Amino acid sequence: MAEGIRDKVAIIGMGCTKFGERFDAGPQDLIVEAFVECLADAGIDKKDIQAAWWGVHMPDISVGRGATTLGLTLKLPFIPITRVENFCATGSEALRGAVYAVASGAYDICLALGMEKLKDTGYGGLPLGGGFGYKMPLINSNLTAPGGFAMMATKYFSKYNLNPQDGKMMLAKVSAKSHKNGALSPKAHLRKEVTVEQIINAPIIAWPLGLFDCCGVSDGAAAAIVCRADMAKKFRPDPVYVKSLQIAVSSGEEMMYTKWDGAHVEAAYRAGIAAYKEAGIKNPREEVSMAEVHDCFSITEAVTMEDLQFSPRGKVKEDIEAGRFNLDGAQPIQPDGGLKCFGHPIGASGLRMMYEMYKQLQGKADKRQLKDPKIGLTHNMGGFPSMNIVSVCIVGK
Amino acid sequence: MVGIKSYGAHIPRFRLDRNVMQLALLFLGFAPLRGEKAVANWDEDSVTMAVAAAMDCLRGEDCGKVDGLYFATTSPTYSLRQNAGIIAAALDLNTSVRAADFTDSTKSGTAALLAASDAIASGSLESCLVCAADCRVSKVGGNGDYTYGDGAAAFLLGKEDIVARIEGSYSTSHDFVDRRRLEGERLEHMWEERFIRDAGYMKFIPEAVSGLVKKYNLTIKEFSKVIYACAFSSAHSALGKTLGLSPEQVQDPLLGNVGDTGVAHPLMMLVAALEDAKPGDKIMVVSFGQGCDSFYLTVTENIKKMKDKRGVKGNLADKAPLGSYDKYLAFRKQIPAEVGIRGEEMVFTSFSIISRDNREINGMVGAKCKQCGTPSYPVQRICPNPDCGAVDQMEPYRFADKPGTIFTYTSDFLAPCIDPPASYGFIDYEGGGRALVDFTDCDPNTLKVGMPVEMSFRIKYTDEKRAAVNYGWKAVPIIS
Repeated sequence: MAEGIRDKVAIIGMGCTKFGERFDAGPQDLIVEAFVECLADAGIDKKDIQAAWWGVHMPDISVGRGATTLGLTLKLPFIPITRVENFCATGSEALRGAVYAVASGAYDICLALGMEKLKDTGYGGLPLGGGFGYKMPLINSNLTAPGGFAMMATKYFSKYNLNPQDGKMMLAKVSAKSHKNGALSPKAHLRKEVTVEQIINAPIIAWPLGLFDCCGVSDGAAAAIVCRADMAKKFRPDPVYVKSLQIAVSSGEEMMYTKWDGAHVEAAYRAGIAAYKEAGIKNPREEVSMAEVHDCFSITEAVTMEDLQFSPRGKVKEDIEAGRFNLDGAQPIQPDGGLKCFGHPIGASGLRMMYEMYKQLQGKADKRQLKDPKIGLTHNMGGFPSMNIVSVCIVGK
Repeated sequence: MVGIKSYGAHIPRFRLDRNVMQLALLFLGFAPLRGEKAVANWDEDSVTMAVAAAMDCLRGEDCGKVDGLYFATTSPTYSLRQNAGIIAAALDLNTSVRAADFTDSTKSGTAALLAASDAIASGSLESCLVCAADCRVSKVGGNGDYTYGDGAAAFLLGKEDIVARIEGSYSTSHDFVDRRRLEGERLEHMWEERFIRDAGYMKFIPEAVSGLVKKYNLTIKEFSKVIYACAFSSAHSALGKTLGLSPEQVQDPLLGNVGDTGVAHPLMMLVAALEDAKPGDKIMVVSFGQGCDSFYLTVTENIKKMKDKRGVKGNLADKAPLGSYDKYLAFRKQIPAEVGIRGEEMVFTSFSIISRDNREINGMVGAKCKQCGTPSYPVQRICPNPDCGAVDQMEPYRFADKPGTIFTYTSDFLAPCIDPPASYGFIDYEGGGRALVDFTDCDPNTLKVGMPVEMSFRIKYTDEKRAAVNYGWKAVPIIS
């Protein structure tokens, strides 16, 4: 009988680079920057790492495929390394590999490191590439990330009878909150507060989403060192324990069948249920102290609040307006600014989310520090609302 | 007796006001023609317009009986890869169809129609679809730039249930060099207009008319309508008098509202004539190229049964101003337009995929589960209905001819597009199934969830590196 991973693994060290348009830094610089901080934070030696999981989503524009990049860059001594890729959930996938490997009993100490170097393409947005194969462009529409999520906003507005003005106002408040938090994060990409008016009046990227509804396209890397829970206190007094790390992947029914309402992410809902079950959480709205969710777009964060059962279906607007998710609210979301402002170097994002949860639980989040958080959650999504991968990880003291 | 069983037409939605052109081009001289011209959207070409006209023509017809497809154009997309074959695939015709391209002269449309008529008369073919379309590009500010319009006509020919009998024909061939374009050239060359008028139109059209009248012992007064493809407006009027036609007998040449549509021109006029025809009417058609084809038809009682055709009338009513000449130049790739560094990236074109999955890509044929009836596009082997999941219980199911409604949409400024924003969304189809497709011919500001759409065969993207124009199906939102 499978018994899951609850409290079997602890995070004992983390590192995260400055995110942003790092025209100053190449992939090697980013990987080393995150790793050096992570290793020092864990207080272990490089030779203590027994296996590593390396996440990069678009290696073809940065470092190439395979696991060799990590071994060669960090001069890891012939240990097993696996490269993982799962769209924008790649960072969480790297962490999942390391956590599950330790939980299995195969290793005592593992490394997860995710990196993305996006800003060598010469343009905004994500590279088109052949991400969906040669056939998809002949069959399906032109599609970008903002467009894919904009369609969920269109549908959300339609389903819940929000006129575009009210809908955009709701989303603007999501982004304004993240900008406020991002301004307090020294390592964030975008560190400027913006007003709701600025957000509403910004140029449209993909209707109804405007510039400030979209996250930053950033370079960066983040890393975690995990070990057996029973040995964690040997390394530090304040390790963070993994309560659950679940992942759900679309079955195709959202995109190809006609039952999906287009106004929620089914895999997020399912991953949430699985993660809560494993972590023993009965009431997510009350028990989850804080979360870093995959706010690639403002609408994603809004819908995720419902998918993760923080807000009832169709009611997130009330919680947003009441300030529930602000830094001083009842359930702070994106305390570090989220993808929106901290930035979104794809392969690193899932680990960056965990970096903030880890620092908050340790009381080291500086100006953003929440009062005695107990349970942190990361939600990392890859793909589009109609077909995706969602991981939900719950951590605590 | 061989005749026309059905007809259809396509005129692109966008119209370019020649006054707008004149404002941009005044430094080069005056416009030779007033009014507006129909211009293909950036994702239309002669192939896609032929498909649109054919869809109009085949609505309600039994496509399974079509065993011939002749396509005429002077603006073929491919010069090696049969364009008619792409059209047959888009229409999802049987593979046991005789497909052929007729090209190189503006009289190729009538040549295709007469060849189809003869093939049916001989018993070689039973039911032949004839499509004619042109999307010609001319030098900026030249005569053709002003006068040419884009459009298509299609006819289904056969022996039964005909609405107009093809009674007889007369053809001439002259190596008359009015317009020319060498292999590999994009823009055509035109000789002096006065020469074309006096030594061409004014000479060959009367010759073809009198040749036909004499051959079948007819008189010009017998005809309710005479169609002659003369692209010069004043010469067209003058020819009416020369031929001894009353103004009622002269079929409107569509020059002021569509333009000279090349091979499609006389055949689009024929569609327009049939729309107003009564049983017993005699109609004469004269094309013009290097010489002329002339033929005449007698309208039958079945004409009263023709309905649900968009035809020329419906297409003329469905229009939107293009607004800017610059946009027209960008659409036709006459000027290089910035589509961003992002837009310079292009997905690899794999012709083995296009060939293997041709019905799926070009015919928009998906799959329908025989167990639960769920249609899916793209094709699935395992039913996507979570309560079914049947394996390999699929039968082919065409989405291209199914109406649908917008489930959700966006208008995207990040997606590379020559006419941003790129609008696209999920469509829920009548009869089931949902697919993510591009929208075209639409005003982003009018899009709404629940809006009705129909599918249209369009260019998806051009891959110049691999010499490919790649097609697929897009949704056209229906205004009104």
